[in-house]
Amino acid sequence: MWRYVVWRLLLTLPTLLGAVTFVFLMVRLLPGDPAVAIAGVQATPEFVEQVRREFGLDQPLPVQYITFLGRLLQGDLGISTRTRQPVWEELWARFPHTLELALAALVVAALIGIPAGIISAVRPYSLFDNFSMLVALFGVSIPVFWLGLMLMLLFSVQLGWLPATGRGTLAHLVLPAVTLGTASAALIARMTRSSMLEVLTQDYVQTARAKGVPERVVILRHALKNAFIPVVTVLGLQLGTLLSGAVLTETVFAWPGVGRLVVESILARDYPVVQGVVLLLATTFVILNLIVDLVYAWLDPRIRYE
Amino acid sequence: MSERERSSFGDPAVTAVEPTRAGKWKPQREGAPGLERRRAAGELRRALRRLGRHRLALLGLLIVGIFTVCAILAPWLAPYDPTDASLRERRQPPSWEHPLGTDELGRDLLSRLLWGARISMLIGLIAVGIGVALGVPLGALSGYYGGRFDLLVQRLVDIMLAFPGILLAIAIVAVLGVGLENVMIAVGIASVPIYVRLVRGSILTLKEQEYVLAARALGASDGRIIFRHLLPNCLGPILVQSTLQIATAILWAAGLGFLGLGAQPPTPEWGTMLSKGRVFIRVAPHLTLFPGLAIFLLVLGFNLLGDGLRDALDPRMRKLTGPGARA
Repeated sequence: MWRYVVWRLLLTLPTLLGAVTFVFLMVRLLPGDPAVAIAGVQATPEFVEQVRREFGLDQPLPVQYITFLGRLLQGDLGISTRTRQPVWEELWARFPHTLELALAALVVAALIGIPAGIISAVRPYSLFDNFSMLVALFGVSIPVFWLGLMLMLLFSVQLGWLPATGRGTLAHLVLPAVTLGTASAALIARMTRSSMLEVLTQDYVQTARAKGVPERVVILRHALKNAFIPVVTVLGLQLGTLLSGAVLTETVFAWPGVGRLVVESILARDYPVVQGVVLLLATTFVILNLIVDLVYAWLDPRIRYE
Repeated sequence: MSERERSSFGDPAVTAVEPTRAGKWKPQREGAPGLERRRAAGELRRALRRLGRHRLALLGLLIVGIFTVCAILAPWLAPYDPTDASLRERRQPPSWEHPLGTDELGRDLLSRLLWGARISMLIGLIAVGIGVALGVPLGALSGYYGGRFDLLVQRLVDIMLAFPGILLAIAIVAVLGVGLENVMIAVGIASVPIYVRLVRGSILTLKEQEYVLAARALGASDGRIIFRHLLPNCLGPILVQSTLQIATAILWAAGLGFLGLGAQPPTPEWGTMLSKGRVFIRVAPHLTLFPGLAIFLLVLGFNLLGDGLRDALDPRMRKLTGPGARA
């Protein structure tokens, strides 16, 4: 186990360093003169020069890289060119909102997806199974921003039951969480179904049935426990995906998270903030992956890669 | 377990994909050629028959077909010029004159949606083309040669996968700049790791097969083994993945358009149209309803078709994953 943990940790480091390097290169790879790209085409030459110095673009690339890494280790992500605030502060203020939304979406997805998957697997090819798998296919095909707008149209504009935009009360959270969670619910339902189906064909399940264990107990006690391991993995990975996927949902519902921040920053050419958000989301995702893998290995002692 | 039942994507020696190869194959050199070819043709017929019986897949094919016709015939089908603004007819609800109404500048929505089909189809095809063109060779070489090259490619893939879902595409657009071409490139690059993983995995299992050893014993070069023997056997999984990936590419591109990072007005791109129309969701909901419905239907079509193709090429998977499964 420990060898696996160490190996898995070591594997994470190059990935993280790679992500950091990509984020570093983002600004340096801007087409044309990066300083002009950041300052804007209409900027005065003086301002372009100021930007060049501020971003260290007048230094040789390796020097820039070392400086970037050094600052990063001190938690310094630079200064927003738009608000002149430290990027770190902006992320700190916004990220909890995104996390709140993603967690709520994950809860919605699990509450819908897991029961649907279990019932489908217990009665494969039944009306319920066919119906729920078709709905799942709709769930992964529907554009999330459109779903959000349609829900808003129905429940806010027409019925007036829920607030359309903004963040605050629990009621504000409902529509964005359902919107963001739908695609995940579909994936989780499919995953639960196929995992359950596989487990239900195992010998020990047959044995349990043969010795007269009630079907309910066979499914809930014998099958579900083992079928859950891959489902837990998907849940963990989905959280990371939801954090990034929140970009669209946040834009629809004017949710003040990092997703909206990154879009606004791209359109305003506020590259330090763009870098900060991308780095934050990637790092979170890599660490979530790591945790999921370790939990997986802990749950299932057979898993030891290499 | 019979031979057929064992073939799956984990072991992608799916005989059903061989016909593509049988066409070009020069069978004199290796093995019993006639038999091989007949068996391959039989497999293709069986796969096609399975696809023909798959009602959801046929529905998907129908949807994709209709949108393809719309995309190709847009200039003739569209009743109006998609960029022809008429300020007097702004935000009109659907009518006989304008079947789907008009947008915020008085342009005919139906005409814009028809032209938009062209853009979305193009985005899907080009983005997936980029993903295949970069990902398949990288995956094949990585799986075939292994060693340090494989390790390097795998770490690169890991890094790309550290940016989940649409985030990588957003980050690439942030570098390349806003616009339709850059969206295609960004979405294409973002799909590269999927193909690298898929093809590498397939090649790893395939390269241990006897016919590869036989080819090597006959003195075939590495390039010949990869391109003539290994890759043709990965075509099935690649085809299935690409059909599903077109769906994802269309969704992502529309999402980028919606965020204002994609095609810029007056281009009739569905996502961009939606983001312009949503401002008027209270007074003119049709501006939000129809473009979104178009995206949804086209994506659904590709997803249905992709799932059906997978079931047809690999009947064993159906038992486990059921109708419309993709996990």
